[in-house]
Amino acid sequence: MTQPFLKIEGLKRQFPQAGQPNPDPVFEDVHFGIERGQFVCVLGHSGCGKTTILNILAGLDEATAGHVIMDGREVRGPSLDRGVVFQSHALMPWLSALKNVEFAVRSRHPEWTREQVRAHAVKYLEMVHLGHAIDKKPAELSGGMKQRVGIARAFSIEPKMLLLDEPFGALDALTRGSIQSELIGIVEATKQTVFMITHDVDEAILLADRIVLMTNGPRAKIAEIVVNPMPRPRDRETLHQQPEFYPLRNHLVDFLVKRSRAFAPGADWDPKNPPLVYPGAPARAAA
Amino acid sequence: MTRNKPWLAPLLSVLFFALFVGVWYLATSTTAAPVAGPAVDPEYAALLGAEAATGGQSAMPGPGEVAAKIWEHVLDPFYDRGTNDKGLGIQIGYSIARVLAGYLLAALVAIPLGFLIGMSPLVYKALDPFIQILKPISPLAWMPLALYTIKDSGISAIFVIFICSLWPMLVNTAFGVASVRREWLNVARTLEVKPIRRAFLVILPAAAPTILTGMRISIGIAWLVIVAAEMLVGGTGIGYFVWNEWNNLSITNIITAILLIGLVGMLLDHLLAWVARAISWRE
Repeated sequence: MTQPFLKIEGLKRQFPQAGQPNPDPVFEDVHFGIERGQFVCVLGHSGCGKTTILNILAGLDEATAGHVIMDGREVRGPSLDRGVVFQSHALMPWLSALKNVEFAVRSRHPEWTREQVRAHAVKYLEMVHLGHAIDKKPAELSGGMKQRVGIARAFSIEPKMLLLDEPFGALDALTRGSIQSELIGIVEATKQTVFMITHDVDEAILLADRIVLMTNGPRAKIAEIVVNPMPRPRDRETLHQQPEFYPLRNHLVDFLVKRSRAFAPGADWDPKNPPLVYPGAPARAAA
Repeated sequence: MTRNKPWLAPLLSVLFFALFVGVWYLATSTTAAPVAGPAVDPEYAALLGAEAATGGQSAMPGPGEVAAKIWEHVLDPFYDRGTNDKGLGIQIGYSIARVLAGYLLAALVAIPLGFLIGMSPLVYKALDPFIQILKPISPLAWMPLALYTIKDSGISAIFVIFICSLWPMLVNTAFGVASVRREWLNVARTLEVKPIRRAFLVILPAAAPTILTGMRISIGIAWLVIVAAEMLVGGTGIGYFVWNEWNNLSITNIITAILLIGLVGMLLDHLLAWVARAISWRE
């Protein structure tokens, strides 16, 4: 059996609490894999430990138990192999958009000349349509533009894997839509493997090939992994006209409002092999 | 209202100044009223010297005399007629040189040490009791100890400036470094940025506004302390000048020096404020 590109095994995270030697873990027994080039979203309510899982993948946090293997190597600490787009963009306010990206490029390629670094950074800023604003400081950019710089910074180091922590959570719907489209474009162009956290059902359907559904914490688990039946690249304008869209969407919403709270695993539910489900697949067959 | 009339505040300032000068003029001119007959016995005056000969007139000068004296100093700020008679420019120059020497030495110690304290909670805990005790000590209390160990009054004054500038810079640097936003450090970690590069390109710019606030407090304190320190050590400097003129009972010179001290203090503060603006960032 071949190993997936990224493999998460038996992950568990407890946060120390005063006076409790064995506090409830936020999540436990989390197993799943991501194939190269796949776009995977984790969907779940606040408090289920989505961000913690992402931080462990990034190497910024350590699991209490279990491990993460990427490309045959165990993840230990942060690495340039994994680019992160932070929820709060995390741009350095004293640097212009260009310098923020250049900082990352120079970290990846310390041997490059000034011109090489600049050209590379400009290329990625143009990919997110910020070519006109490269000399602006973050304070002069709108929320959407800041997040675009964050995305350009993460892509510019050409990581093996990209981790996005609810990058569009703070944006208005219109801005979110256009950045999602840009993200699809870059991901298609670079064949990037992406792991993204969201609590937005439509965002997950638009972007993800696989949607990992997590139950509510504490002791959150992966209930199931939903396979998106709609082929890539998905277009936000025609997506909802496809026959699978509503069955898939209903399935996800249903999970979030009901089953995530009262998840009762069946006898055949195996945390090491969370079931793959194909909502909407019959719809295509019927159509 | 003030938005439409930008000249209103300066006009009021001029008005207040005129009012102040007027009151000052009236207060000092009343005692100069002519008195019948010789106020002082000429023999007594001869014994006591020139001051007594002015009779009942106060040694407190009027605004006119002070203005004349200031003009005199402006025309010739750098004369040097021996130990106790140097131009105001020379005296203030000595003071500025001492302040800058002590201040820069303090910055050289405080900023790296503050960095270390801010980065390491262990070092912070270990050094905290010392800082707590040393910080509230009046810098002048160190003077005898400095004079005894250094044996040079000029260097002792610099040491006093050093010790009083040290604490605000140290505490602010440590605080600024310790409170660098976690997310920027995480960015640096995910980019595998080496410690030196992280210190100079992430932590230093992030903490720079806080460090500059400390530096601005320090230069203010140093400028307050230098006058007192020079009064103690003597020889040269604006503080010594003030004390020397007190011994000469030349109030005009003292007032001139006071104004100059204020002016230079303001310039130093503005200089630091300008640097602070240049390195500050907005989110």
